[in-house]
Amino acid sequence: MNAKVSATIAVIITGAVLLYGVADFPDFGDPTSPANAGVEGGAPSASLHFINESYKETKVPNLVTSVLADYRGYDTMFETVVIFAAGLAIFVILRNLRSDDPLPEPLPATEDRFIDGDHQRIIVGTTCRIAIPLVQIFALYVVAHGHHSPGGGFQGGVMLGASFILVALGGNLRDALARLGEDTFMRLASLGILIYAAFGLVPQFLGRNFLDYGVLEKIFLTDGPEMARSHSMLGVEVGVALTVMSIMFAIFANLSSRGEMRGGL
Amino acid sequence: MILSLNIVLLVFLVVAAVISLGVKDLLSGSMVLGIYGFLICLLWAEMGAVDVAFTEAAVGAGVSTVLFVATILNTKRRSTD
Repeated sequence: MNAKVSATIAVIITGAVLLYGVADFPDFGDPTSPANAGVEGGAPSASLHFINESYKETKVPNLVTSVLADYRGYDTMFETVVIFAAGLAIFVILRNLRSDDPLPEPLPATEDRFIDGDHQRIIVGTTCRIAIPLVQIFALYVVAHGHHSPGGGFQGGVMLGASFILVALGGNLRDALARLGEDTFMRLASLGILIYAAFGLVPQFLGRNFLDYGVLEKIFLTDGPEMARSHSMLGVEVGVALTVMSIMFAIFANLSSRGEMRGGL
Repeated sequence: MILSLNIVLLVFLVVAAVISLGVKDLLSGSMVLGIYGFLICLLWAEMGAVDVAFTEAAVGAGVSTVLFVATILNTKRRSTD
């Protein structure tokens, strides 16, 4: 009880400090705020440059994608690595590679963990079978159309991973692993990061900076560096989507089967 | 930005957060946390941050709820505090 009281006091103090800080914020969407208009006499504002120039420089209408995958590509690359590391951490902690161990004791089927009876399984299974192809096609659209509409590698990758999780939830984990085996998804996760890193390293070999996509016009044979940047963003998004999809499914498979990759949900 | 919609969403957000902290049944708690994630997603979409809202809908309301449920099924469903 004492811990709860002190935690509540800490939360209230933190909330009060945050509210006090919010009072100094510029208004929502204020074009004259320092973040949008820059400081007088200082450097010009970065967001003004993105808003005015990013379409001319990259031919990508979705400002968010061009900032994420091009101007701030280095951050996005290591965000992907963070997701990969999270998946690896779960793998290292939970995965039991000694396959001759007996399966863990099945948990007692008490009222407590009764979620889905057998009579409902056919409804759930059929609904999942109908939904999965639609989810996957929409996910591919989200990845491929991330330049022009909201979306991109992270969102599309999560949806692709969720479609495989849905296979496991609607049927069982064995069916899902038959479609996307453990070897495959761990390789795909690494491949995604390697694709991203390749888009960084190839410009270096052509004498430019890491992730400076503009120079790739010599490889993509586009007319001008703008379209090369646009195409490279698509490639980078595909890499992110592969990693995110594999890691989402890897985390679920490890968690739900307690690292055995058999049985499970 | 629609102020009245914001206020409604924020009230539901606080209610969902308090409920998800308060319930003893962890399965209900994670479901309410999914509702919380979806309300935040609506709030972001309404403020114009569509990409962030999309991510929140997929990760916060979708996959993380599933991961919580998968973990609860392999541990205990009741919270002790």
